[in-house]
Amino acid sequence: MRQGFRQSMAWLHTWAGLVTGWVMFAVFVTGTATYYRADLSLWMRPELRAGPSDAIPAAERGIAYLKAHAPKAMAWYVSAPQPDRPVIAVYWMDSLEAPLGQAMLDVESGAPTKARDTQGGDFFYRFHYELQMMPALGRWIVGAAAMILLIALISGIVTHRRIFADFFTFRRDRSAQRGWLDAHNVTGVLALPFHLMITYTGIVTLGVMYMPWGVTAAYKGDDLRFYVEAAQTTTWRPAAGRPGEAVPLAPLLARAQGEISEPLEMVIVNNPGDANATVVAVFEEPHGLAHQHPQIAFDAASGSVVERVEPLKPAARVFTSFMGLHEAHFASTALRALFFLCGLLGAATIATGLVLWTVARAPKTGEAPGFGLRLVRGLNIGTILGLPIGMAAFFLGNRLLPVDLAHRATWEGGVFFGAWALAAVVSLLRPHRRAWTELGLAAGLLFGAVPVVGALTTDRGLDFLAFDAAMLGLGLALALGARKVSHYEARRQAAKAARPGPARVPEGLVEA
Amino acid sequence: MRVSKVLPVTDISGPLDRARSRSCWRYRSAVAARVGLAAFGGYALAGLATAFLSLTLPMVRSEAVATATLISFAILAGAVIWVFAARTLLRAALGLGLPIALVGLGLWLALDGVAMGPPA
Repeated sequence: MRQGFRQSMAWLHTWAGLVTGWVMFAVFVTGTATYYRADLSLWMRPELRAGPSDAIPAAERGIAYLKAHAPKAMAWYVSAPQPDRPVIAVYWMDSLEAPLGQAMLDVESGAPTKARDTQGGDFFYRFHYELQMMPALGRWIVGAAAMILLIALISGIVTHRRIFADFFTFRRDRSAQRGWLDAHNVTGVLALPFHLMITYTGIVTLGVMYMPWGVTAAYKGDDLRFYVEAAQTTTWRPAAGRPGEAVPLAPLLARAQGEISEPLEMVIVNNPGDANATVVAVFEEPHGLAHQHPQIAFDAASGSVVERVEPLKPAARVFTSFMGLHEAHFASTALRALFFLCGLLGAATIATGLVLWTVARAPKTGEAPGFGLRLVRGLNIGTILGLPIGMAAFFLGNRLLPVDLAHRATWEGGVFFGAWALAAVVSLLRPHRRAWTELGLAAGLLFGAVPVVGALTTDRGLDFLAFDAAMLGLGLALALGARKVSHYEARRQAAKAARPGPARVPEGLVEA
Repeated sequence: MRVSKVLPVTDISGPLDRARSRSCWRYRSAVAARVGLAAFGGYALAGLATAFLSLTLPMVRSEAVATATLISFAILAGAVIWVFAARTLLRAALGLGLPIALVGLGLWLALDGVAMGPPA
């Protein structure tokens, strides 16, 4: 805050990084997992088999279900099955305030699916931007934390003048603090473009919610109108207030599909049963960065086209490309893996930064650590190892909870948070070095147990080889990491005992 | 170990430590004031700028809103960096207050124009 630009930015980097670190670590980890959302969902519903299916008959089955179960809804949404999500997902909106109703239907029969009740990969996806809280609260917390992270990134770059040299610098053995500092720099700098991109595009993805004042000023707050003019959605046609008969759905969808080469993704019916009902056919994003779905709206009673979403204008294209970059729907296998690795590097940057904060403030031999240091140490372990423990427990819960348990999906979430909370409590109760080793080992064992339990409780053979390999890899990495920490500590203590010299010089310094 | 120049990368050392021991309470309230100024002042500037640019950028209004919203977070980040980089709290407040006043005035004029001009 004082003493020149670089010093004030160093201060800002330290404290902005600390206050936002725990939330953003969880956001990075769950967001990184979300790159494989479809694969996680497939693993978590072992009753379903991936494979192609016919979108239009599936959409008809979804609409038939909604006609029977939600006849009074304002809007119906039917998500067509995809090769990697072999289920019809239906949602309905009873009012603007009420949460969406939802059901998962079997692709062939259109009846509620026999697959186990689970949120699947959507659990981490929603956690990533809502923390599984009330949407408004969770999104604002994540947004504020992301904004602070952006500040920490900028001030970190200013602080760091040897950015290129530090690509190649890793002085693990010089001292604990050097090692952590270099690890923080390497993981941070190596994927710096990704970190900046993913943070800014993440904020922009919910940008109209965080910064609604442009819409307020130019549209008098009518954000639906803005989205229509920005070519993101079709116009909402108000209900006529009298019942109407809809033309058959399949020919409409076939006509829409005739115009657009992308696969059908969703069918929306606004004001179903009304004389003014609208059917909107929504297609998958065309190849490219921009997050825009081609859409065609029909008058449900006459079957005539009432609206087509227009091509994107330049600024809207940039805006939606930011969203597209964040979600990486465009990425094929290799690029997706690269994004995944960059996400892991981001999580590692945050984790090493948090640890570095405590290492730089380690008390001299004989001094007791203060309250702040003990709190940060506990929260560090509770987050950095507690979250993976929660995730592994979540996967195990998916296999071990009885399939017909009532509110099963909620229980899975309970297992996730319960295991995480337990780990956090343990990390506060145990001496902190012990806690690193023990919880690291626990996380490793839990991840290692996932493929074993999966093989014992399902008969899918080798269908999930990649998932199992990822679990084993994570488990191994966590267990080895824990072992490394314990060895390193043992060596240090031995060295200290052998060389009882004057107290070490505190190392808050960096050569520049 | 060669220490040519000391940089407090991970610690508030040097003058800040002295300031802290001299008056812990004063230091903390100074930090709190900057945090408050950065959060509320920064958001006020970014929000006003978003509204102002949405009305005045020479493009279709949906494009103006998209552009303004896109850059608003860069404005917010810049404002926060400024608040923490300024030498004194007063400079920080003035440096933020002046653009807020200017953009606010501009927005007021632009809103007037919207009210009197043809509907957009």
